[in-house]
Amino acid sequence: MEKLVIAGEELDSRLIMGTGGAPSMQVLREALTASGTALTTVAMRRVDPSARGSVLDVLAECGIRVLPNTAGCFTAGEAVLTAKLAREALGTNWVKLEVIADEHTLLPDPIELVEAAEQLVGDGFTVLPYTSDDPVLAHRLEQIGCAAVMPLGSPIGSGLGIRNPHNIELIVERANVPVILDAGLGTASDAALAMELGCDAVLLATAVTRARHPARMASAMRHAVEGGRLARLAGRIPKRRYAQASSPFEGLATS
Amino acid sequence: MRIVIIGAGVIGLATAWRTAAGGAAVTLVDPAPASGASSVAAGMLTPVSELTYGEEPLLRLGLASRDRYGAFAAELEELTGLDTGYRTDGIIEVAFDSDDLKHLDDLRRFQESLGIPVEALTGRECRKQEPMLAPGVRGGLLAPADGSIDPRRLAPALLAACERLGVRLVRRRAARIVAEHDAAAGVGLDDGTVLPADRVLIAAGPWSGDLEGLPPGTVPPVRPVKGQVIRLRTRTPFIRRSTRGLVRGSSVYLVPRADGEIVLGATQEELGFDTRVTAGGLWELLRDARELLPGITELEFAEVTAGLRPGSPDNAPVMGPTAMPGLFAGTGHFRNGILLTPVSADILSAMLLDGPVPEVAGAFAPGRFATEVRA
Repeated sequence: MEKLVIAGEELDSRLIMGTGGAPSMQVLREALTASGTALTTVAMRRVDPSARGSVLDVLAECGIRVLPNTAGCFTAGEAVLTAKLAREALGTNWVKLEVIADEHTLLPDPIELVEAAEQLVGDGFTVLPYTSDDPVLAHRLEQIGCAAVMPLGSPIGSGLGIRNPHNIELIVERANVPVILDAGLGTASDAALAMELGCDAVLLATAVTRARHPARMASAMRHAVEGGRLARLAGRIPKRRYAQASSPFEGLATS
Repeated sequence: MRIVIIGAGVIGLATAWRTAAGGAAVTLVDPAPASGASSVAAGMLTPVSELTYGEEPLLRLGLASRDRYGAFAAELEELTGLDTGYRTDGIIEVAFDSDDLKHLDDLRRFQESLGIPVEALTGRECRKQEPMLAPGVRGGLLAPADGSIDPRRLAPALLAACERLGVRLVRRRAARIVAEHDAAAGVGLDDGTVLPADRVLIAAGPWSGDLEGLPPGTVPPVRPVKGQVIRLRTRTPFIRRSTRGLVRGSSVYLVPRADGEIVLGATQEELGFDTRVTAGGLWELLRDARELLPGITELEFAEVTAGLRPGSPDNAPVMGPTAMPGLFAGTGHFRNGILLTPVSADILSAMLLDGPVPEVAGAFAPGRFATEVRA
């Protein structure tokens, strides 16, 4: 299957993982391994890159590329500063840009997001913005020079799945950069749906880290992403009102 | 038998006490005894409400320790004449909104599937138990057998017990493990002195991997996990028992003491050896506590501290002989150090003295991470 390419770089998996909510480093390690992910996002405000035994060590030992994110930032200023600190600490110019409007919904603040994206792109970052499912905003982010767009399915950690599949389809139709469904997925069918809608990849954390068996759910997500991608490429049949027999009635033996 | 224990937090202190009581000559090495996480921790004794999927062995260890606590505290108080603030009045855990209640229901079903008695309460029942709870509280759980202890009384009492039994206290930093024929033979201090030993126990919390002379992988990685804790003070009764809340997905607890102190905790931050108190950390705690117990704003603000929990890769303690003969580990107790003190002291002293080791210790051997590290 064709590989996911972001900003000219190939990734071996279309499942991007987050680390938030993992009960322990051991469980996180098992889940990441089971997910087969090649890229995992880490909240830079929640980790000290110089500390040993941290989530960054786990990623390094598993050979997974780190995607620093700006979770917890409410203004463009904070997000830009956090991204720069991450670049300095981790030596990567990739950033998952997250600028949150309020604590209760954790929805992106579109105005601050565009502002921060513009600054970071201008500063040479490869910007992957976490955005709402608004097709216009997604398009604007692409025009600014973001390397991908990451619309939400539903609020972070909610497990509500994809609440507006139509908008996701509109974003996919128009996008010339990878579309990564980010946030709100609850279970494997949600991830499969994202891929069937034409997303290039899926980013999730809570659905795995807070599952009863995180590694098992990670494996389920991996298969769902692969299955959904294959279904998209295979092309689904049109929906019909009435049945159509899968085996022909003609030529049946008659007595 | 000469035994040197590195680290005089509650685990090192309690193990020194039990090991000295078993007849060994024990030396404790710590530049500042009883001053680390033990002096910050709130001291909730709640294996039940801390339960996480996949951590059932830790639950069994916690239950064993909780059930051992009464006799442990009584013996300690009798020996030293010091009060430990031990209480067994249960713990109430409440949900702030319906999302939080779903999470608590899930936890209750898991607890019941393991045969642990918990009592489900409606919001009104929660407020009958704790009238200061916010009217909107949706429901809760009562863990009747859980309780609390004051770590700031426990640690000094353990230190006094050690002194009574002739444990030698060396107020210096341990710098290295001295080996002879690949076996631990002593501890080198930061001033160059060597304390000879037949057996060495590393109970140095998040600093456990810092010693020189340890072959790589001898002690599993233990990292510091920062926790900020606020101490408040009340002159009138505020809460009757330890109260935990889940407030919009974030967890907060308040532990009352007989003298009017209320401990409010705790953040959980992966920031290395950082013990700075931050505006954001305090704000999160106060925000959640005020949602849960609006009257909290009237309490006196007494103190704020940050400590470092020793976190192992699977959140469970690391207890037992290491790959180096004569060298033992007793660390990685993470959020449960105070709770696990009695059972850890029993396990570690039995190991150091070649006595019968409690069966519950089996799941916590230092070697359990070896394969994962290589993979």
